[in-house]
Amino acid sequence: MKSAFIVLVLVILTSAAAAVWLRKLVHAALCLTATFAGLAALYLQLGAEFVGFAQILIYVGAVAMLVIFAILLTRNAGMTPEVRWSKHSGIIGTAIGLLVLGCLLISLSASNGIRLIAANTPEPTINVQRMGEQLMTRCVLPLEVLGLLLTAAMIGAVILAMPEKHGEGLDSDGRKIDEL
Amino acid sequence: MLLETWLVQLKHWMVNLFPAGWQPGVGSLVSVTVILGVFATLFAVATLLERKGLGRIQNRPGPNRVGPWGLFQPVADGIKMLTKEDIVPLTADQVVHFLAPIVLLAPVTLAFAVIPFGRKLVPIDLDAGLLFFFAVGSAAEVAAFMAGWSSHNKYSLLGAMRAIAQMISFELPLVISTMAVIMMSGSLSLVEIVRAQDGGVFGLIPRWHVLTPWGLAGFLIFFTAALAESNRSPFDLPEGESEIIGGFMTEYSGFKYALFFMGEYFGMFAVSGLATTLFLGGWHAPLPFLDRTLVPSFVWFFGKLLLLLFVFIWLRGTLPRLRVDQLMNFSWKFLLPLALINLLVVALWRFTASWPLAGRWALCLVALAAPFVALGAALMRHRHWKPRHYRYAR
Amino acid sequence: MLGGGIIKGLIETARNFLGSYHDPARFVTVQYPEQSRVHPENNRNFPFLVFDGDDPAKGLRCVACKICEKECPPQCIYIVPERDERGRPRKHPAIFDIDVSVCMSCQICVEVCPFDAIKMDQVFELSGPDRFGRLLLHKQDLAKPNDYYRAIHPSEAVAVDAQLAAERALLEAKAKTNVAPKAGGMPPAGTPAQPKYSIT
Repeated sequence: MKSAFIVLVLVILTSAAAAVWLRKLVHAALCLTATFAGLAALYLQLGAEFVGFAQILIYVGAVAMLVIFAILLTRNAGMTPEVRWSKHSGIIGTAIGLLVLGCLLISLSASNGIRLIAANTPEPTINVQRMGEQLMTRCVLPLEVLGLLLTAAMIGAVILAMPEKHGEGLDSDGRKIDEL
Repeated sequence: MLLETWLVQLKHWMVNLFPAGWQPGVGSLVSVTVILGVFATLFAVATLLERKGLGRIQNRPGPNRVGPWGLFQPVADGIKMLTKEDIVPLTADQVVHFLAPIVLLAPVTLAFAVIPFGRKLVPIDLDAGLLFFFAVGSAAEVAAFMAGWSSHNKYSLLGAMRAIAQMISFELPLVISTMAVIMMSGSLSLVEIVRAQDGGVFGLIPRWHVLTPWGLAGFLIFFTAALAESNRSPFDLPEGESEIIGGFMTEYSGFKYALFFMGEYFGMFAVSGLATTLFLGGWHAPLPFLDRTLVPSFVWFFGKLLLLLFVFIWLRGTLPRLRVDQLMNFSWKFLLPLALINLLVVALWRFTASWPLAGRWALCLVALAAPFVALGAALMRHRHWKPRHYRYAR
Repeated sequence: MLGGGIIKGLIETARNFLGSYHDPARFVTVQYPEQSRVHPENNRNFPFLVFDGDDPAKGLRCVACKICEKECPPQCIYIVPERDERGRPRKHPAIFDIDVSVCMSCQICVEVCPFDAIKMDQVFELSGPDRFGRLLLHKQDLAKPNDYYRAIHPSEAVAVDAQLAAERALLEAKAKTNVAPKAGGMPPAGTPAQPKYSIT
């Protein structure tokens, strides 16, 4: 078990470092995808099946694709970007990194997961059914709020992407394009 | 009973030859070997079936030169593929170009792990088996992108963009149509879902999900979305050989091309197997009393799988390819709303369990047919059937 | 009904699928090496040289006038006339090569030939292991008897034969009556060097 953990962590750290340091944006995005997949494997190794599969489905299947689309649809796709270092960029980057680390540490130490492990309580058996019941009963309000937020975001995206009003549905000769 | 369990007994016998510490590993290895062997054979059979079937549909005899009735054609194809030169474009991204077929094939093969092939033939019974299936299936998008981008070819990139857009669009109706089944059987485990379709009325009419109004609609939506997910005609735009040469496979040759081809077929098998499990009763016999006969259950499973494969081929021989805008409209404006409505109908079916059967059926059928007709009419309303103008080809 | 077209199409293809098993008349293809389609008479592919009589070396109608060589658009014809010991050309080709890998079957050589010596063939099974040697046809490959020409283009051959017989008769008649011949062997002045028949 321990050796599997070490291998997984090595894979995750290597691909994460590669995602940061590689010059080509697409390579970085693919390495990031590998990191996501490694994290999913880590969840699976810890026995959290549902979270692991959801991680693959959402991060590898959707988020990575979103990142790749964003890279390809901007200019100089696949090219090495011109890096413009400013004098303070190193300091700013370090500050942001430390800030994120601090946030994570505070929230981690505040969660009761650590206390449970420290207290050596037997780990709760979690199956998909119980998780679903929790989502539909105790956590139903956060779930609905999240859904509403995502819907609002999607509608906003559609409105942003909507074409100009004039010449809509016409081809370059001014004929109407027949839709489905 | 021996007919049913000989594979499992063979595996136990083989595993027991090894020391105790090795047994789990050897057991998995045996299962993997059997699955790979069976599906590689099925791949050969399916290519022959496809070429023969398409030939007959077009009033041709199909391949008939290699062996009796052309039965050894897959062997000839295989030798041809393996002996061809493997060409990598000079400007291609060598590493990503090499990895793409592997990233495609490995997860697709993983998807077979959760499908119950027979009463005793379940590779892994995962608690969240269905989720596992869709999770590994989503890696195909990454593979398509890797192949298309690394080839450094505009047709490859176009094909990859089409493939990703299409897979993302059709994954929603695909997953939502399966959610209907999850709601009724109350489990994500595929073994449980097959068990929910056990038995039947009077031992004659099976209790398959496809024989309910929501199941029929769900099956049709699932099958349509599965056609698109596995890039099969009429949704084969990512390949689109008459438009963009070969899509993301343009710059692949020899064995790597064969791997892509195999990935496409394996995807087709996996999704057909899932359709069989979710809607067509899995390994159950078409008539419930046949379940107790000597015929092993995996025969029924693979029979249904081959039948679905034939429908894939039949549709390929019938329908022309869609345009990109038609494809997107079809997915987002037609299939997705219908899949969502189907979820409501499942709830309706579940809460009217005490009603007489005829009333239940009528209510659910109306609840499904009305939006089908209304959506169809709304989408077809602005259609102008005029002679088409071609700007460059007079 | 929405989706009705798909079902209609599926029924049609299913009818094809089942029908092709019990009704061989449905087949649109032929099993090529064993069977072959009947080609239309005017089908043409690559030229050949016609010879009269039995001996291809003597009976060639070609007089090595090189008109076809000059007219050939892709320049796939190569002719060297036979010469006697004083170096004057004989009316017979020593070399007559056609590179069919270059020939485009345009039939211009046939149109310009004043002697009906070169005609269009119908061969198409010319594949071979050698890219250059096999497709460079020499005089002996190209020479085919008039009977062959009659067999592949019957109606055209009858017209050509009648024309040639008439010319020969006219020539003989002239040789008898005319006391002052202009030049021996040349075709009569009235004979036009243009096609005497046409393929439409």
